[in-house]
Amino acid sequence: MSSAIQSNVVHSGRVARVVIHVVLLIAALFYLLPLFVMLINSVKPLSQILDGNMMSLPHVWTLKPWSEAWSTAQIGVEPTGLRPYFLNSIEMVVPAVAISTMMGALNGYVLTKWRFRGDTFLFGMMLFSCFIPFQIVLIPMARVLGILGIAGTVPGLILVHTVYGLGFTTLYFRNYYAAFPTELVRAAQIDGAGFFRIFWRILLPLSGPIIVVAVIWQFTNIWNDFLFGSSFAGQGSQPMTVALNNLVQSSTGSKPYNIHFAGAIIAALPTLIVYIVSGRYFVRGLMAGSVKG
Amino acid sequence: MGFLDISNVTKSYGSVEVLHRVDIAVEEGEFLVLVGPSGCGKSTLLNMIAGLEGITSGEIAIQGRAMNGVHPSRRNIAMVFQSYALYPNMTVGQNITFGLEMHGTPKPEREAAMKRVAAMLQIDQLLDRKPGQLSGGQRQRVAMGRALVRNPDVFLFDEPLSNLDAKLRVDMRTEIKKLHQSLRTTIVYVTHDQIEAMTLSTRIAVMNKGYVQQLGTPKEIYDTPANIFVATFMGSPAMNILPTRVVLRDGVPHAQVSDAAGNVQYLRFSQQNLAAWDGREILLGIRPEAITDPEGADRKSANIQMLTNLVGVTEPAGSDTFVTMTLAGCDVIGRMRADAAVLPGASFEYAINMEKAVAFDPATEERIAP
Ligand SMILES: Nc1ncnc2c1ncn2[C@@H]1O[C@H](COP(=O)(O)OP(=O)(O)O)[C@@H](O)[C@H]1O
Ligand SMILES: [Mg+2]
Repeated sequence: MSSAIQSNVVHSGRVARVVIHVVLLIAALFYLLPLFVMLINSVKPLSQILDGNMMSLPHVWTLKPWSEAWSTAQIGVEPTGLRPYFLNSIEMVVPAVAISTMMGALNGYVLTKWRFRGDTFLFGMMLFSCFIPFQIVLIPMARVLGILGIAGTVPGLILVHTVYGLGFTTLYFRNYYAAFPTELVRAAQIDGAGFFRIFWRILLPLSGPIIVVAVIWQFTNIWNDFLFGSSFAGQGSQPMTVALNNLVQSSTGSKPYNIHFAGAIIAALPTLIVYIVSGRYFVRGLMAGSVKG
Repeated sequence: MGFLDISNVTKSYGSVEVLHRVDIAVEEGEFLVLVGPSGCGKSTLLNMIAGLEGITSGEIAIQGRAMNGVHPSRRNIAMVFQSYALYPNMTVGQNITFGLEMHGTPKPEREAAMKRVAAMLQIDQLLDRKPGQLSGGQRQRVAMGRALVRNPDVFLFDEPLSNLDAKLRVDMRTEIKKLHQSLRTTIVYVTHDQIEAMTLSTRIAVMNKGYVQQLGTPKEIYDTPANIFVATFMGSPAMNILPTRVVLRDGVPHAQVSDAAGNVQYLRFSQQNLAAWDGREILLGIRPEAITDPEGADRKSANIQMLTNLVGVTEPAGSDTFVTMTLAGCDVIGRMRADAAVLPGASFEYAINMEKAVAFDPATEERIAP
């Protein structure tokens, strides 16, 4: 990987390199500044923020805003903190990501290795779903959830996100499996492996990079979604994003900015972790095409 | 009825017919090679035997049992693919036994079968490696091991050697032949390489554009090609094809050709029935090895015709020297002994073995049978 990058490097002059580094450094600082502000203000007492000093380091370092945001802050009318909503989000994200990734993989497998009449058209329709704005599906989706009797529940949200993510995951896996040698599938057929056996034993074990791509994509989208969460969640199933909004909206009197900052970071933490853990594979997966047999 | 019967089989993709009424009966223990240029339908036919492609019409039967619609795993066949198609996520051992596992063979039996095959192909020490860690030749062996372990009725090979370098290809060719001689299992083998076809097969089906052009032993195909396509496709350098007029001299048919200087010369045919073509054009086919220096001529031949002509280009190839001359307006290649005294530009006396000459009808390009 790194050697491949190195061999692509064109050697530039020393001056050019210094200029490039300075520019990159400034850009990095610019983008890191908001994070810095959030971080330092989340460990400051509120009084210091209200004194009007957003940029200065805390005089007194405290983790109290974090613990309050997590367990006691006022969310809407209840002083529950973000904790129950964080758990709601986990309960929603994990199955939704798993189901949409698995179904995307199966779709990709069928669309490339078990072709049938009209498969390209079907794939085109699924791709089309990627371009439908969220807002358009709100009302029909609400109807469907109502009919199924899962409106306002976590399973309802799982269904919404799975359906909405299927276009993307199918796209990823279809393109990945298109480059997958068909002779492998044929060899497995002769060996006596059936539809699911070939999928489980041959294709899935070789799909690591694209699974990572699909999981990251789905995880960040579903975790960060606000519109579906605020439209379809009931009292007991609101996800983190909705709760964060309620936290910021619901305070009366002087706003506890330090708690808001801490809450925002907590809300962003899971996606951050997913990126840090598997970001490398993400890039690799986007670039990887074929499995060399 | 043969061991493997391909009767009247056609294949269409949509409205395009890519295989036309193929009829081949393969006997038990035969090594049938399907040879032809790229895109002529060899792989398609092989995949139909394997059950990987549907049969549009006609029937394929193995041991008298119709295979149309039977799943590939239930035909008791094994296949070696051009890319080897080894499962990259499994070790060599798992690759070899995957088929047995899928067929529910108990583990101890699988292990025993794997050991037997690994010993036969000398890949014992590779069993724990992944395919990615093997060289091309080793992958080839593993692919064959995976086919052998099943003890199939028919082995199917799709260009198994074309991804190997030249030397390894020759070695593996010999090994496949040895394997066939010891196992005596029926083999259908696809290649575009006519030398592979000649050396390996007991019978060859030469294909072009979805038609079987000729089916026969390597000797039949080589000596009595059914048409111009087979004549020029099989053999290297290719058979010389020259347009000539048939003339009767003392009632015996001769080929009338003009040499490099434009002088008319006559070559007596061995094939008497060409007398019927008196005064008409035919295409005369002569293999390079039938055009030699006088000392190199086939002593058993009853009809060596001498022809004096200018030497064009000489290409010494070590064991032989290939010589090009202009005859009947064509470049004609002959094969001389390495120490024959041929000088470019000089006049030289060629010995042409007309016993081996073949004549083709210029209208149909079919051979004029003797
Ligand atoms: N799935 C397919 N759809 C349409 N045409 C095909 C398909 N597979 C093969 N063909 C056509 O069938 C012909 C024979 O192909 P193939 O059997 O692969 O040739 P070969 O193995 O002799 O090189 C080719 O002209 C090819 O374009
Ligand atoms: Mg082919």
